[in-house]
Amino acid sequence: MLDTFFNVEIMRAAWPILLAGLGNTLLLSATVVPLGLAGGLILALLARIRSRWVRWPLIAWVDFFRAFPPLVLLIFLYAGLPFAGIELGGFGCVAIAFFLNTGAYYGEILRAGIDSVPSGQAEAARSTGLSRSQTMAYVVLPQAVRNVLPDLMSNTLEVVKLTALGSVVAMPELLFQARQAQSLTYNPTPIVVAALIYFALLWPLVRLLSRLENRALRAG
Amino acid sequence: MTGWERFLDTFFNARVLAKYWPDILLGMVVTVELAVLVVITGLASGLMLALLRTLGVRPFNWLLIFVVDVLRALPPLVIIVLIYFGLPSVNIVPSGFVATWAALALVLMAFAEEIFWAGITAVPRGQWEAARSTGLSFGQTLLGVVLPQALRLTIPPLTSRTIAITKGTALGSVVAVSEILGQASSAVSNSYNPSPLMLGAAAYLVLFIPVVVAGRWVETRFAWKR
Repeated sequence: MLDTFFNVEIMRAAWPILLAGLGNTLLLSATVVPLGLAGGLILALLARIRSRWVRWPLIAWVDFFRAFPPLVLLIFLYAGLPFAGIELGGFGCVAIAFFLNTGAYYGEILRAGIDSVPSGQAEAARSTGLSRSQTMAYVVLPQAVRNVLPDLMSNTLEVVKLTALGSVVAMPELLFQARQAQSLTYNPTPIVVAALIYFALLWPLVRLLSRLENRALRAG
Repeated sequence: MTGWERFLDTFFNARVLAKYWPDILLGMVVTVELAVLVVITGLASGLMLALLRTLGVRPFNWLLIFVVDVLRALPPLVIIVLIYFGLPSVNIVPSGFVATWAALALVLMAFAEEIFWAGITAVPRGQWEAARSTGLSFGQTLLGVVLPQALRLTIPPLTSRTIAITKGTALGSVVAVSEILGQASSAVSNSYNPSPLMLGAAAYLVLFIPVVVAGRWVETRFAWKR
């Protein structure tokens, strides 16, 4: 049993490969989290416009990408678009898919955050002479982000976990590297080690979130 | 051929669509089966664990919290791969369908347990005390008084989490489950034409748009009163 799942020799051999994978997972996360947040911010700001010509397309957009499994979106970009002569490569596909998919989730969260800031705050800020964009950037957004911080963090956890999808389009991130090592050694140890690395990386965030969520429900 | 015609011929090729739509339909059936199994087993086991947690057996609860944390920290795809490629080494050979079902049900179980537990602890202590003082047993209090109030609180977060995990059925394509994405991908490589992928995308939208819209309604209907 130990020899199968925690084979020390294989662990030692696979370690550099897995470490490179971890590096790429971190790099990928550091790229797609800001991308998703940027996409979400755009959607949340557009949701402020009270015209139905903006409102309905926006709801359709968000629901579309919430209904679409991210892996399907990724495969569509990776395997479908080349037929139209558009070759984006694994990284480009992951970046666009995450911008669209996680942007829709971040957008919903930020919108709820902005809605939670009393309108008096914006009115007061405007009456002191701040412009519309200054009011949003310095008064409304900081309070909005604070109000939905647990949700933002929870979504970020999901986004980091989602980077494992990169393995499907041959991005050399942690899961991909682990599967390479596993198929070379005919031994599941590399995948077990990769799982342990994911756990070590994300456990602190899970603990923190669990605490915040319990507090929110109790106060609710 | 104009550019537009070429585009239609590539992405909505009538001949390819006619040939492969039954495959996609079969994929839809597998996706629905998988999703229903995951939702039922995941939610039921999550509720069961949350109820067991109220008994307050320390070592059991610590173990439970740890397992839930592990399942929340690992990407679902990693769990699927671990079950599918790991278990055969100890002579348990799960099919891709079973591996995907087990992995997603475990993940939903973990999230559901957390949410149910948060809902149960959110019910004021006075409710417990009042129910117990009228002569109800611990079990009667939990099931008859506390749980109904807790469930109401848990509906919005539970709905969005369940939808998110159900969409994970597409991950099954990685371990050779012939659900929608799996069927569409193999049809694309057989026909060397992306039309089946468009059909697959449409199939996902047909299945999940109503769910997302219903989820939106449920979230506003049962929103937490702050």
